[in-house]
Amino acid sequence: MIRLVALWLLLAAPAAASDGEQIVAGLSQNAVSITASFVGSEILIYGAVRRESPAPTGAPLEVIITVEGPALPQIVRRKDRRFGIWINRAEVTIDRAPSFYAVASTGPLELILSNTEDLRHKITIPRAIRAVGIAAEAEDAPTFVDALLRIQTDAGLYSRAEGAVALTEDTLFRADVALPANLIEGDYRVRIFLTRGGVVVDALERRIGVRKEGLERFFTRMAFEQPLAYGLLALVVAVVAGWGAAAAFRLLRP
Amino acid sequence: MQLFLPIAEVSVNAFLLLGMGGVVGFLSGMFGVGGGFLITPLLFFIGIPPAVAVATGANQVVASSVSGVLAQLKRKAVDFRMGFVLLAGGMAGSVAGIWVFARLSAAGHIDVFVQLSYVLFLGLVGALMLHESLRSLLRARGSAAPVRRAHTHTWVHRLPLKIKFRASGLYVSVLPPLLVGALVGFLAAIMGVGGGFIMVPAMIYLLGMPTRVVIGTSMFQIMFVTAFTTVAHAVTNQTVDILLALVLIMGGVIGAQLGARVGVRLRAEQLRILLALLVLVVCVKVALDLLLTPSEFYSVTAGRLP
Repeated sequence: MIRLVALWLLLAAPAAASDGEQIVAGLSQNAVSITASFVGSEILIYGAVRRESPAPTGAPLEVIITVEGPALPQIVRRKDRRFGIWINRAEVTIDRAPSFYAVASTGPLELILSNTEDLRHKITIPRAIRAVGIAAEAEDAPTFVDALLRIQTDAGLYSRAEGAVALTEDTLFRADVALPANLIEGDYRVRIFLTRGGVVVDALERRIGVRKEGLERFFTRMAFEQPLAYGLLALVVAVVAGWGAAAAFRLLRP
Repeated sequence: MQLFLPIAEVSVNAFLLLGMGGVVGFLSGMFGVGGGFLITPLLFFIGIPPAVAVATGANQVVASSVSGVLAQLKRKAVDFRMGFVLLAGGMAGSVAGIWVFARLSAAGHIDVFVQLSYVLFLGLVGALMLHESLRSLLRARGSAAPVRRAHTHTWVHRLPLKIKFRASGLYVSVLPPLLVGALVGFLAAIMGVGGGFIMVPAMIYLLGMPTRVVIGTSMFQIMFVTAFTTVAHAVTNQTVDILLALVLIMGGVIGAQLGARVGVRLRAEQLRILLALLVLVVCVKVALDLLLTPSEFYSVTAGRLP
């Protein structure tokens, strides 16, 4: 199916397009719903490279795909031993770091992406984090950024999968990116880059909307928009459940 | 079956939660305690954010005290005047607790503060209970019990603002019950507990209330203070998770009914020793988390966009 679509796109492409290589891509889904039974999701990103002229020879074609969740300020704290117990002492606020970031590529990023291009497009995870002026907040501020990377990676929120993008005959590519259950709501940005010899030849951006649905949506919106009504509802639920279940038990017991 | 909790924003196993509620309910039915002091640390252990665990713990205590209060009302074992004085103190304490909670959350010290409160109060109460029940066990075996006077006059009785509490047969100052109520309200907001483990001994030993009305009156206060605390947490911190509370309550109610039946077959002293040991085990577990060198020194909290 994907191949057919790609083939059709290749054949039907307008002849007036530029002479370079261009990305044509699709996603298996444009929206992810967080419902009560949400345990994570997997999205398939697929596409093809459109060419007007024969593929250039020389450096091989490589594909890099990133999926990025909404960026938030992140507060990183470090524990120290004080009075015999471990408590948070130093703290660094990182301006903006993506809540989720996955990089998939056809090969090792060091080889297929130059430093300049990485800086320009903010492709690798450390580049996607904006930590300006943190040096003033703690003595060894960079270790806090390392800690953020480590913790988010352990939680499955940051990932780097080299070789996870399959490229067939320098034309068709596909990758699966797993979204974990601990996602936050928002627009997730999917970026696809074509590189040759470390230089980005073409880039394409798509969005996936991650939203809470059903009961989850109802409770979250109510909790933040009508907190008093939500608090009272929590009480009603507690009283009805506590009292009702006790009454039901009494009926069951002869 | 995984369940995604809307406010806690984590996915947990629904049967694990139901089972936790059930086990705590069983223990609370067996020992006649609210169970908040067990639920909240257990929620920490399975990875619920502490702020959500505390606020939701308070909501769960509402449910478990409702049926208790109804039963006590039927027995006419509630001293309403004393209940309202304790409640007035409780509301004030709860407001103070919510404020401290919000400030400490912002400063990143809430986890340690909650854990320290648990270690302190559980350690104190567990040790006192163990001491008391071991002594009464020995006394029952050995010599004649020492005579205890029904009513002794202490410094508590010399305080001003005395009023009559008819149902308790007391004429005491309102200050001690107000303070006891305030402490319990503060703990409810900080620890997500009912605070019966502090209030019941205080009512018996400090105020000299008759045992007949102690349980009913404390439950009456706990029900309203935890209800107030739940709403206050929902309004100030948005940390009450209804779905989490609902599953815990479901498990808890069933467990409590079963526990109550097992409880009547055990002897009171044995029950109290078991409860004391349980309290101490939870205390040690929480303390170890504070004392042992953590495997990860750093923690990440997502902020809000300005």
